[in-house]
Amino acid sequence: MYGKGLRALSIATLATMATALALVFFYAPIEAEQGFLQKIFYVHVPLAIVSLCGFVLGGLLAIVHLRTRDPRWDIRSYVAIHMSLIFGLATLITGSIWAKGSWGHWWVWDEPTLVSFLIVFLLYVTYQPLRFAIEDPERQGRYASVFAVTAGAFVPLNFIAVRMSTAFVHPRVLGSTSNLPGPMALTFLVSLLAMALLYATLCKYELTAKHTRAQLRALRRRLTGEARDGRAAARSAAPSAVPAATRATGAPRPAGHTARAG
Amino acid sequence: MSAATGTPAPPALEPARQAPQGPRLLATVGALLRKELLVELRRLESVPAMTLFALSTFVVFHFALNRGSVEGDLAAGVLWVTLLFAAILGVNRLFVADADQGGFDAFLLAPVERTALLLAKALTLLAYLVALELIAVPAFSILLLGPPLGPALPGLLATLALADIGVAVIGTLVAALAVRTSARDLLGPPLGPALPGLLATLALADIGVAVIGTLVAALAVRTSARDLLGPLLALPLFVPIVIGAARCTEPLLVLGHRGDPPARWLATLGVYDLIFGLIAYALFDFLLED
Repeated sequence: MYGKGLRALSIATLATMATALALVFFYAPIEAEQGFLQKIFYVHVPLAIVSLCGFVLGGLLAIVHLRTRDPRWDIRSYVAIHMSLIFGLATLITGSIWAKGSWGHWWVWDEPTLVSFLIVFLLYVTYQPLRFAIEDPERQGRYASVFAVTAGAFVPLNFIAVRMSTAFVHPRVLGSTSNLPGPMALTFLVSLLAMALLYATLCKYELTAKHTRAQLRALRRRLTGEARDGRAAARSAAPSAVPAATRATGAPRPAGHTARAG
Repeated sequence: MSAATGTPAPPALEPARQAPQGPRLLATVGALLRKELLVELRRLESVPAMTLFALSTFVVFHFALNRGSVEGDLAAGVLWVTLLFAAILGVNRLFVADADQGGFDAFLLAPVERTALLLAKALTLLAYLVALELIAVPAFSILLLGPPLGPALPGLLATLALADIGVAVIGTLVAALAVRTSARDLLGPPLGPALPGLLATLALADIGVAVIGTLVAALAVRTSARDLLGPLLALPLFVPIVIGAARCTEPLLVLGHRGDPPARWLATLGVYDLIFGLIAYALFDFLLED
């Protein structure tokens, strides 16, 4: 069910990524002030935008999870946040490189976007420890969703607060597409699209992997009974897809199991 | 959200839902709040720890900054960092007794609105914060704040008298006690203009800390790493409060009192309180389900 369209999506991502990189290196003009270094803008800013949107998306999916109690939405929310964390780490690293190159420091406190991103990142880093610290899978999902909704609402609020607090020391020429010259804006938009596609593809891969693993586990359990399944009960920060998988396949539980359970 | 919070209620709650909600809710909150404060009064656990922590932090700041006195933005920063870190101690302990000794189960068995627990706990934390500020803010003015205390003494006594009247008014106004003493020491004779600003700032920031702290405490308390997770979750969420509160306090703590806290920062604090109040209201029920 999750694997469908994965190949097409992967190919589309690869093609867009290649186009974006080609545009970045051969089409977009060299920026007058920063020179070649400015090219990192086409990686860093899309990473940041996609990562933040992913955090908010995780919160929206968590709302659906809390309303429907369907563990599949919890998995989607988990994957969205998990992937956003990875993108967020990449954002911080590329941002640091850019800051070192253009301002001479690895970190600057008077750039509000940088600071608020760090705060959001520090908040979301606690997501997985929070999950890991709750053993009961149902409660783990519920608490994680409460966290995801709170943190998802926090993302825009935090950005507003931090931006308000900082004087605009650096001219924000690269902050938005509105004042970019045409070729740069086009390159930026293609890069953003490529990054969003990459995010979607990686999320889909993770969901497919989780789903497949759960199906495999369910099948193995049917084959060998509950005895060998000790590993599945190990505590984990990642939600397991078992309930969704059994529902999706619609397979009745083996007679031996129900007899033992009763 | 209200539909989602309404549906999971077990059937046993239905008769209670028929009754008028307002007075019942208030009565429940009152009973819970009374219980919380009684327990704290008997055990004297959170508030003394918070206060001692704040005092030690002032000492640490003295040596870390290598200064005998601070003023202006530095004073605002030191004060708010200390108050928030002390608040974290209270946040950490807020639900521990309920989780360990069956308070949650007992509450869930009672046919009352679950929101009552959120309200009662937030009010409890608010009370802790006010108690903390009653001691920490005067101590701050004595230990670290610029102007000498001697000539301010008559004013301090007058402030305490004023504050006594304040206690009689309403709970939130109690924050004025802490605020007034500090404002007195700080600003010298013209006390009037700074008072409403400091009061409003402390009240708004306290509400935000109380709401977020309660939510985070409930989130972390039944995990196996609650002492670690609480602060990690709370601190980033407190950052906008620190920004707002420090920006509001800064003009009040300058030697020659520079005017009221900026209105837009007060508004920011208020909006932040409101949004997270609503979020906590919408989500708190989900934390109590088992």
